[in-house]
Amino acid sequence: MLYDQPIFRIMGDRALLVELGDQISPSINEKVRELFLKLDHRPLEGVVELVPSYRSLMVVYDPLRTGLDRLREEILNLHQATDPSLVPEPKTLAVPVVYGGECGPDLEWVANFHKISPEQVISLHTGTTYRVYMIGFTPGYPYLGELPEALATPRRETPRTVVPQGSVAIAQRQTGIYPVQSPGGWHILGWTPIKLFDANQWPPTPLEMGDLVKFFPIQKEEINRWTSSKV
Amino acid sequence: MDIIESLEILFPGPLTTVQDLGRYGFGRYGVPPSGALDSFSLRVANLLAGNPESEAGLEITLMGLKVRVLTDLVVALCGGDLQPCLNEKPFDMWCSQIARKGDTLSLKAPRTGCRAYLAVGGGISLMPVLASKSTNLASRFGGYEGRALRKGDILVSGAPDRHLQRAGKIFEPESRPSYTGDWVLRVLPGPQDQDFPEETKKIFYNASFKASSLSDRTGIRLSGPTLHRKEDLGDSIISEGIAPGAIQVPGDAQPIILLVETVTGGYRKIATVISADLPLLGQVKPGDRVRFQEVLMKQAMMAFQESENHIIMLKKNSG
Repeated sequence: MLYDQPIFRIMGDRALLVELGDQISPSINEKVRELFLKLDHRPLEGVVELVPSYRSLMVVYDPLRTGLDRLREEILNLHQATDPSLVPEPKTLAVPVVYGGECGPDLEWVANFHKISPEQVISLHTGTTYRVYMIGFTPGYPYLGELPEALATPRRETPRTVVPQGSVAIAQRQTGIYPVQSPGGWHILGWTPIKLFDANQWPPTPLEMGDLVKFFPIQKEEINRWTSSKV
Repeated sequence: MDIIESLEILFPGPLTTVQDLGRYGFGRYGVPPSGALDSFSLRVANLLAGNPESEAGLEITLMGLKVRVLTDLVVALCGGDLQPCLNEKPFDMWCSQIARKGDTLSLKAPRTGCRAYLAVGGGISLMPVLASKSTNLASRFGGYEGRALRKGDILVSGAPDRHLQRAGKIFEPESRPSYTGDWVLRVLPGPQDQDFPEETKKIFYNASFKASSLSDRTGIRLSGPTLHRKEDLGDSIISEGIAPGAIQVPGDAQPIILLVETVTGGYRKIATVISADLPLLGQVKPGDRVRFQEVLMKQAMMAFQESENHIIMLKKNSG
């Protein structure tokens, strides 16, 4: 449910969560995106960081330059003002994936779990357009939803200590892409040659919160076509 | 400006990294701030050495760093007392001094605190990555090749000779924080304090917790009485942004004070450490005792202003 009025939750004396709803939904997430873009477009005095997520926006500020009451009022005013020109259409990023084999060590297991073929898993995974609900966990990691119900899978009982960079994985109703090597408990269906985080590029990740992602299958032999090209 | 080799790492100790005041504005891409955990000590060290307060320095964890000085330098060491010596003779902290070419500066083990900050007049010359020289260890970028310093690494500084006249500045003893090892950290409740029953809040504000050896730059893990959430609630929440100092309570009901290497998470935060006490988090070492004291926003603001006043005074005095 989208709240009638945002709920402000204080996180210490230099951060504020502006919570707009109580669940994961594209419409609530879009409201977060709108507020994020407004605050980004017209920076408020003293605000140093904006972190949008599923249903809230974190606003980090310098308490020597602004204060809680002032910020609350300014954010409420911006929230109520409508300015559609500030909210561009999201981009859609097509992400090539080598499914199965050593690139996707859990594809067979996931197929067996749902009593379908690996090809059906691939077709379900590529048949949906996913929304980037937020970026977090590690730099550039997109939280993508929602995975079709028919692919909803509990996390691995034992998380892997090493998930390679580029792994495309699923858990519950979510799918994600590991931008850097990290530990992880999701099921790895495949691997993408696309680089999702590079601190020396601007922007450091091709995705922004609110963007859309569509996966498509490629063969392992084709990956050179993608590794050199920029997104 | 002349860039000159200033320091050579002879032994890095368990963890020595280049840090400045962190990178802000990239949280939307999942990039955490990083930066000096005890930012107060780094700022003071920089000002004593004649640098801008936001310059990068070395964050030295617990012990063991040994560096060779490669050119005449003004240096300042602040933060935890890791028993520093210059050529085997005790070296005063919280002031700026000249170290000569060929000298060695070494740190032993903490007498107080957990981390020391070394500033060099002329700073540490490195290309900023995402607007900061801070090292992000997990994603391996920023700082010195995105990693902790190793034996043989050589750091360079900008015109260190021009800073030599800055030697002899002192940060007044009454302005220096005290590191007791038995910490009382001031907090503001929230953002999810309402998800914990009154009994849990009572425990949280009265019990003493022990800092675990699993603590790192991501968080200080605490052990103590369990902090149960309200019974009808699941163990996680919808993931959201996280600010440094937030105290999260995951499924095992043992609190973790989150530091500067995380920007989102999916557990409840019962309270958040106030700005004035955030730098102290960098001085909590494994085995220390931690208690939490609830304050009001007004008190938090006064405490922060008070700690900032020490920096303002120092800026005035070092002109």
